[in-house]
Amino acid sequence: MNALTVSNMSVSYDKQLALENVSFSVPEGSMTGIIGPNGAGKSTLIKSILQLLPTVSGTVEVFKKPLRSQRKIIGYVPQRSEVDWDFPTNALDVVLMGRYNHIGMFKRASKKEVTWAKHCLQRVGMQDYASRQISQLSGGQQQRVFLARAMAQDAKIYFMDEPFAGVDASTEKAIIQLMKEWKNEGKTVLVVHHDLQTVNDYFDHVLLLNKTPIAYGETNRVFTLANLEEAYGGKIAFLQQGPKAAKGST
Amino acid sequence: MEQFSALLSSANLQWVLIGSLLLGFASGVIGSFVLLKKQSLISDAMAHAALPGVCIVYILFQTKTVPYLLTGAAVTSLIATQSIQTIVKWSRIKTDAAIGITLSVFFGLGIVLLTYIQQNATGNQAGLDSFIFGQAASLVKGDVQLIAAGALCLIILTALFFKEFKISIFDPQFAKGLGLPVTFFNAVLLFLVVAVVVIGIQMVGVVLIAALLITPPISARYWTDQLGWMTMLAGIFGAISGVSGAVLSTAIQNLPTGPIIVLSASVIFLFSLLFGTKKGLLLKGGRNA
Repeated sequence: MNALTVSNMSVSYDKQLALENVSFSVPEGSMTGIIGPNGAGKSTLIKSILQLLPTVSGTVEVFKKPLRSQRKIIGYVPQRSEVDWDFPTNALDVVLMGRYNHIGMFKRASKKEVTWAKHCLQRVGMQDYASRQISQLSGGQQQRVFLARAMAQDAKIYFMDEPFAGVDASTEKAIIQLMKEWKNEGKTVLVVHHDLQTVNDYFDHVLLLNKTPIAYGETNRVFTLANLEEAYGGKIAFLQQGPKAAKGST
Repeated sequence: MEQFSALLSSANLQWVLIGSLLLGFASGVIGSFVLLKKQSLISDAMAHAALPGVCIVYILFQTKTVPYLLTGAAVTSLIATQSIQTIVKWSRIKTDAAIGITLSVFFGLGIVLLTYIQQNATGNQAGLDSFIFGQAASLVKGDVQLIAAGALCLIILTALFFKEFKISIFDPQFAKGLGLPVTFFNAVLLFLVVAVVVIGIQMVGVVLIAALLITPPISARYWTDQLGWMTMLAGIFGAISGVSGAVLSTAIQNLPTGPIIVLSASVIFLFSLLFGTKKGLLLKGGRNA
């Protein structure tokens, strides 16, 4: 069964198309890396799928139902740089936000929700930081808090926007570990990813994107030099130069 | 001194105290969210833009009935907010300049209309100019009861929406991802700001009421890293400022209330800036530096 079906999605910024006719289907339980050069529309794609941005056209189905009706089974890890980390709140509070659509309007989090949030913090190794002000966490720790929040959502399909950006090696390992656990639990994961060197290790499916999908499918069939060259233009030579050079950044 | 205690025991002043206390508390609480949303200056423009609304209602209907005047204030405040957003959306002008333009145009219009009203005096025009700097002493019991009841409603509403405001200010994208109606929450917050400005302008005045929204929350931020405590402390600081402004301006003849309220709030701010346990200047180098 397909966990996600995106059909004919187009998005424009200032009358310029940022995404053009994107269609693809993601099978349940897969781990998909969304790969492409800077400005290819990777983050835009995730935000458009989640309807956080206005789209020109396109439909999204999650488990064969319109996305709107499936919010409770969708988990989201936004880019860490998009929030104000000086905000007066602590790690546990942020994780609890993952439960807000379950808690309901005007109500406070129940004990059960708090216990669950603490459990999620523990699963990412952050149990000792629950009451720590979020600005006093390192970049890697902040990312782990975001992961714990996504985990708290207890979703069936997860969208992650550059979760590895600016994190240390141990956090990257922790993220990968968690994603593997999600996969073992049958959850579907889509990740905007930059580091071409790790694609083969991390993902069983790849979406190569440059405003429009270049290729989508199982990693060993899609992640080929020919496809990469098509997606990245002539800028692919660094692949042969060793792992460091392939680290992208935005 | 005798005079002072006589003042305190007057029924009218007791109502003024309750009104200024609740108004200050409401401003501090609502202002906390406005500050975190980085919209403090928009609230200042809203406040200044209330003046022409008051004047237009007076000119059109020749009435000084407070609810009518305040309705006019709310309408022009909202128009100002909308025009800031429109300018930013449809031109190359950035938010700071858009706020500057809007604030001065509306306030300028307000002053022109006020001068017109005063020069065409029909006898009972006196008192409209107290909307500029506020005059607690001139308030009658009914006005103050309106302020008190309104402020109380706003405090309750803010408490109800606490969790919703928190997530939609901290991480609006994630909140939308959860399917929460973030746009609606933003509209509610906007409504609360307009409401607190409108019910507060008689007491504090359009020029300075924004300070009552801005100063108590920034003071509170120096004492806590928790949003709940921050809003509570901001409310208390706002209430202290409100009460001291109302009392001093009533006790000392002809002192305008707004400036005294703002000075009280600023004293609290200076103290917090220096001694605050979270990043206060004198504790720099401590564990929170």
